[in-house]
Amino acid sequence: MVELTIDGVRTQAIEGTTVLEAARDMGIVIPTLCYDPGLSPYGACRVCIVEVVKKNGSSLEASCTLPVEEGQVILTNSEWVKRSRRVIVELLIASAPNSKRLQDLAATLGINKVRFKLKDRDCILCGLCVRYCKEQMQAGALGFVGRGTQRRVATAFDEMPQECRNCGGCEWICPVCERACTAGNLVDGLCGACQNPVPVETCPVCTGCSESVGPHGHRVY
Amino acid sequence: MILWVEMNRLNSVQEFEELRKSIVDSRDPNKLRIAICAGSGCLAYGCVPLVAAFRDEVDKQGIQDRVEVRATGCPGFCERGALLTIFPQGIFYQRVKIEDVPEIITETILEGRIIDRLLYVDPASGEKSVKEADVPFYRKQHRLLLGVNNKIDPNSIEDYLANGGYSALAKALLQMSSDSIIDEIKRSGLRGRGGGGFPAGSKWESCRNAPSSNGVRYVICNADEGDPGAYMDRSLLEGNPHGVIEGMMIGAYAIASSEGYVYVRHEYPLAVQNLGIALEQARAYGLLGKNILGSGFDFDINISRGGGAFICGESTALMASLEGKIGEPRAKHIHTVESGLNGKPSNLNNVETWANVPMIINKGADWYSQIGTEGSKGTKVFSLVGKINNTGLVEVPMGMTLREIVYDIGGGVPNGKRFKAVQTGGPSGGCIPEGLLDLPVDFDRLKEAGSIMGSGGMIVMDEDTCMVDVAKYFVRFLTEESCGKCTPCREGLDRMLDILTDVTEGKATLDDIELLEELGNVIKDTSLCALGGTAPNPVLSTLRYFRDEYEAHIREHRCPAGVCKALITFTIDEEACTGCGVCARQCPQEAISGEKKQPYVIDQGLCIKCGLCQESCKFDAVIVS
Repeated sequence: MVELTIDGVRTQAIEGTTVLEAARDMGIVIPTLCYDPGLSPYGACRVCIVEVVKKNGSSLEASCTLPVEEGQVILTNSEWVKRSRRVIVELLIASAPNSKRLQDLAATLGINKVRFKLKDRDCILCGLCVRYCKEQMQAGALGFVGRGTQRRVATAFDEMPQECRNCGGCEWICPVCERACTAGNLVDGLCGACQNPVPVETCPVCTGCSESVGPHGHRVY
Repeated sequence: MILWVEMNRLNSVQEFEELRKSIVDSRDPNKLRIAICAGSGCLAYGCVPLVAAFRDEVDKQGIQDRVEVRATGCPGFCERGALLTIFPQGIFYQRVKIEDVPEIITETILEGRIIDRLLYVDPASGEKSVKEADVPFYRKQHRLLLGVNNKIDPNSIEDYLANGGYSALAKALLQMSSDSIIDEIKRSGLRGRGGGGFPAGSKWESCRNAPSSNGVRYVICNADEGDPGAYMDRSLLEGNPHGVIEGMMIGAYAIASSEGYVYVRHEYPLAVQNLGIALEQARAYGLLGKNILGSGFDFDINISRGGGAFICGESTALMASLEGKIGEPRAKHIHTVESGLNGKPSNLNNVETWANVPMIINKGADWYSQIGTEGSKGTKVFSLVGKINNTGLVEVPMGMTLREIVYDIGGGVPNGKRFKAVQTGGPSGGCIPEGLLDLPVDFDRLKEAGSIMGSGGMIVMDEDTCMVDVAKYFVRFLTEESCGKCTPCREGLDRMLDILTDVTEGKATLDDIELLEELGNVIKDTSLCALGGTAPNPVLSTLRYFRDEYEAHIREHRCPAGVCKALITFTIDEEACTGCGVCARQCPQEAISGEKKQPYVIDQGLCIKCGLCQESCKFDAVIVS
């Protein structure tokens, strides 16, 4: 076991686990997109960033790939984290404005405008489908093709691969196509139709993370 | 062949020293050596036929026993190729053409007379330099690595041995333990030359101390040099591959590795070829393979050719690519020295870092650490390119100021233009303005100035360069070369490019500058790897030092350097125009019309702002506004 401090609360975590897991065990909400407990952590979407406090300059790290360490001091909701996370979600919405998950996240994070040009790519390249196909279905029918803005999820040579068993897991796990945002018109890149139905309450164990909570405390994803 | 290999195999350090002695003894120290640069730059100048012409001429004159013609590596002064040095005198000829060959042989080689026309003339003082060391370009350099290049034929291990090659390896194997080698490297203060500047000795130590279940450890040489305009590592691999191999061998011995990889760009065919030949030669002598020099140390090196992805220069992406996977980085919370290639402890250093190692072992850490600054020791090779008189590779002690590099070595900016900025560290480096020219160049000072050392690219810009356009160029390069894995780097750079494009087209607002800064900082803080972590540097550093240029584009719809096409117009000055009609003939759009000897006029509706009219006008009558 290692001892670390998350949002001012000292806690213990099993060595080899991640900061995200440790925080969630405490009921702290760190939003994620490319993380799934059943798949290997990937660290691509950067929504789960946290501030690692160090004497000689703190840094932002993706908590899903950050191993817990003895004496670590983590802030999951500092101003720096919130500011950066908002820009990241803005960037993601700009590339997949019809994702309900993203629109909900934007509402939770208090984003009131997407300042970037909308380029609907219908995919945020989180790699969940690729990992699901490989790790859960042992198929490996999906992969990434290209790099930079040309990167996309595809099958080999864009043909229907033999490895695919039509399980539909890729579609099921996709944060963009699982449930599309049905709002007709986006205002400033946001839909706002189902914005944050949960009333804001103060969580009794909360250390000031200012996360919206329901009647049952923090929602654990 | 096999028999020859077996016969020449060296089984002990003693046999090795005997071999070196026999090579040195068999060579006549008074024999004239014509060393012709056969590096990539001079290849383009046509050095292959030049070497052949020299060999023919030497044969024709029947002076083979007195004169040797050698195709060597690059001495660095690429602006003036093809380059030729005559040893032992050190006579330096530049811009040598095939027509000059008979004259060089009869005049200089046979008669000992200098040919004035082939000497380098300093444009500033008009002074001619006979010897390489007297040329201003070389005078202030400290060429520990590059200085060897024109003394040896990269395809001859005997040349390397005669020049003291592999003596550091012999010393390490015979006299030094793993601890003492690592200690020596640590004390030397050698920092990784690939960009990060991590202390090499500490890296080696961590790698050696990392547990490996079956004892497998790897040493890897990063030769995936992808920065536009940079070719330091290329030149070292092409010119002195054995130096890199020897460095890797010492590293491998220190961390107890028996397998090494060189990950080299496929676009470097000569480097791949010369390295391959060097490896074969080293194997033939038993310098690679089992039980090297009877020491019990086994080691061999494989070449792996990269497919041209810039991101594969990043350590974890490089190792993924070596494993045959898609070249994308991973989070480095578990360092590659603990779990790198195939999950084994792997020690990766770049070409220049490895090339420094034999020198440190031979001459000692105390000697090495005298060179350079407090935090950065030794020399650094830079490729000095862009708007500079003396384009080429320069090697200077750490801590030399930018002014010395640009003006004293580089000869300043051509055509009397004013210096504007120098971009260091490749596409993810920053632009340093004129006001900081006295900045000493080392890892830490460059970082303070908002740039990075990178692998050593140095692009000089003059007053005709638009800094917004430069930032846009580098950001475009990075959007194409980002692996696309993490959001800030992939999407952030793409949106940054959108905003920069708007700025250069006069469509941006002042809020966009704030957004650029905010976005730049988020990309820097949250990206997965160092590519994203440094990618906004061109934008952030130009915003820091050249904010007025951004504002001119936005507020006044004006490009101060006259580069951004959407914001400039070409007009003809009626007073200056002589009506010669040259511009009208050059114009691809037929947008220029007029009568002979009358001022011509540009039709703005047809003009595509290609600038050909301006280039072709001898009377400076085409005005950009």
